[in-house]
Amino acid sequence: MFWGSRKTINMNYFPDEVLEHVFDFITSHKDRNSVSLVCKSWYKIEKYSRQRVFLGNCYSISPERLIARFPGLKSLTLKGKPHFADFNLVPDDWGGFLYPWIKAMGKSRIGLEELKLKRMVVSDESLELLSKSFPNFKSLVLVSCEGFTTDGLAAIAANCRFLRELDLQENEVEDHRGHWLSCFPESCTSLVSLNFACLKGEINLASLERLVTRSPNLKSLRLNRAVPFDTLQRLLIRAPQLVDLGTGSYVNDPSSEAYKKFKAAIQSCNSIRSLSGFLEVAPRCMSAIYPICENLTFLNLSYAAGLQSNELTKLIQHCRKLQRLWILDCIGDKGLGVVASACKELQELRVFPSDPFDAGNAAVTEEGLVLVSAGCPKLNSLLYFCQRMTNAALITVAKNCTNFIRFRLCILDPIKPDPVTNQPLDEGFGAIVRSCKGLKRLSLSGLLTDQVFYYIGMYAKKLEMLSIAFAGDSDKGMLYVLNGCKKLRKLEIRDCPFGDAALLEDMGKYETMRSLWMSTCEVTLGACKMLAKKMPNLNIEIINENEQTESNLDDNQKVDKMYLYRTLVGHREDAPEFVWLL
Amino acid sequence: MLSDNGKRLPETDASGLNFEATELTLGLPGESRVTLDGGARLGSKRGFSETVDLSLGDNIDTNKLGRSQIDAQEAAKSPVSKAQVVGWPPVRGHAKRGKKSCKFVKVAVDGAPYLRKVDLQTYNSYQQLLTSLEDMFSCFTIRNYWNEKKMDQANGIEYVPTYEDKDGDWMLIGDVPWQMFVESCKRLRLMKSTEAVGLGAEAK
Repeated sequence: MFWGSRKTINMNYFPDEVLEHVFDFITSHKDRNSVSLVCKSWYKIEKYSRQRVFLGNCYSISPERLIARFPGLKSLTLKGKPHFADFNLVPDDWGGFLYPWIKAMGKSRIGLEELKLKRMVVSDESLELLSKSFPNFKSLVLVSCEGFTTDGLAAIAANCRFLRELDLQENEVEDHRGHWLSCFPESCTSLVSLNFACLKGEINLASLERLVTRSPNLKSLRLNRAVPFDTLQRLLIRAPQLVDLGTGSYVNDPSSEAYKKFKAAIQSCNSIRSLSGFLEVAPRCMSAIYPICENLTFLNLSYAAGLQSNELTKLIQHCRKLQRLWILDCIGDKGLGVVASACKELQELRVFPSDPFDAGNAAVTEEGLVLVSAGCPKLNSLLYFCQRMTNAALITVAKNCTNFIRFRLCILDPIKPDPVTNQPLDEGFGAIVRSCKGLKRLSLSGLLTDQVFYYIGMYAKKLEMLSIAFAGDSDKGMLYVLNGCKKLRKLEIRDCPFGDAALLEDMGKYETMRSLWMSTCEVTLGACKMLAKKMPNLNIEIINENEQTESNLDDNQKVDKMYLYRTLVGHREDAPEFVWLL
Repeated sequence: MLSDNGKRLPETDASGLNFEATELTLGLPGESRVTLDGGARLGSKRGFSETVDLSLGDNIDTNKLGRSQIDAQEAAKSPVSKAQVVGWPPVRGHAKRGKKSCKFVKVAVDGAPYLRKVDLQTYNSYQQLLTSLEDMFSCFTIRNYWNEKKMDQANGIEYVPTYEDKDGDWMLIGDVPWQMFVESCKRLRLMKSTEAVGLGAEAK
């Protein structure tokens, strides 16, 4: 026996099954990773008992190695493109393909049951293969994906006999009409969650009604724009047990029969805690919802362009238990004041711009934010698009709410200073990071100098993700962050004067992070090449959309877009022509 | 024409040709920082601040002289209107929110040689729409059928406002709530009152 210490011998006295049972209670990925590092025996037990795996970057490991490492895999989360792909900064065809993963897992007979994807390219072929390769497949969640059509969905519907969840969030789906819904066989009665709100095309309404009728466990239903009001009413009658509802088109005439029936139907839906949709909306019909408002914990009106501020506030006043609110900026500062007085349980607020390209029209300012911070002490997550912000307001917000975990502020004019003092917003953001010791995610905007990064490096000790645009004066800014933020995992920078000195100062830092994105900065090709040479565990990708070949550029040229990430498997083989792997 | 930062812009002729391809620039040879898709991109190195007065106008490239294609009128507008910076603001492009969806429909008037287009989203009521149509086709009178009051008369011919809905049927304007009308309207036709026999909207 080579276990020398008495303690270790005691642990190994327990058969593997007992240890496995103990490990079952350890669910967080971080903890399970730690468990596997304790000793060889724990590594082995953990390896075979691990069912859920999260890969924040699909290129950090290969499908084959994943399967070898965790042969008992049942639930996989994969993320593909970098976050800035959401804002058109990453060209199509960059990568993030699902197919190789399905192919490999199918071949190895992995018993996959759940798949969650974000920013991946998902082809119909891969969906079809998925539907045929995993007999126990239960849950498919696609977020911000693209590359598939409703034909792929038809394959999932037809072949996944035990499907519980089909959740499509904000995907680009080519719509080949509504037949996919009819592909759910009559024997399929297991649906718990169905979300097709992002589909643009028509839906077979009769099929939808039949499907809902034979799904007694259905808890979450989010419809698309093509589902009219009277179908919604009929669906509610069949599914009064719903917990989460996304309406499709919410347009009707309050004097109509359908509307009266809807009002009656919604009264019995007293389990609804989450409400969204309103992709088309008739303001006069909103009062029908008031009866369920008092139980709502999540309300998403960010697509309800037809609602004015007074209609929004009338509704929100009924939502006393609201924890999460997503809304358009037409609610205005006054409307946010109503939120502040009515929603004392509010934890998360997202205010989206109704007119993103006309900053002068943005209806919310720093005042709205200050009101919410004063009225909602539990606020911990913010996404706020506004036309202006002041240091004084941010300092007040920091005093009122010390619990922020996520703080994303987007001033629509990207380098706008404090309009009252004409100063940069360094002090305001500095107050936020100083006060919110648990801050994990931060997005900056407005006029900012190196000073804000000094504060971030000094105080944001728990920060994991930082998004920077049009900010800073010199390399010092980036260095403050890299040196000070020990927990940093994702750093994304665009249009900042950070260059080679900052990039190369601490190359080892990038192995402690998931990824770094820098576009339109001062980084040169030569520096990227050096980094690639010194750090074999990093992939450095240059995205070059001009029609230049690598040999035309010299090392002093600035790169347009650089994306680097740690990886165990070296260069990926599916990179398109415009991506150079250094 | 001059941009806000005082630099001379290349002349554009009346047809709006731009001379980008042949323009002399101050950029270093071989340094090309313009994306081929024509999307505006701002240079780094605080080049952005040089154009901040112009800022976010159409198609700025700051490594060259301000080569904006905004005309003098636009330049006089608020500097931050019509931002064309790629990827800013950081909102997901396909998430159609707010006023981004507009509803342009063709308007045909019996006897007029050409059609017009109106954006139904810019109106809040039938009254606003009809007033606007009257302005557009100012020599005609539009019959407001449900209060039977004639508007200013110029040549004595009355028109009845009708529309084609999603199902392809021609309907009289005004029967359904405004919002519902906006959703289902595909195009408008101002029909001569004399032809609108049998719709209950005959001239009285």
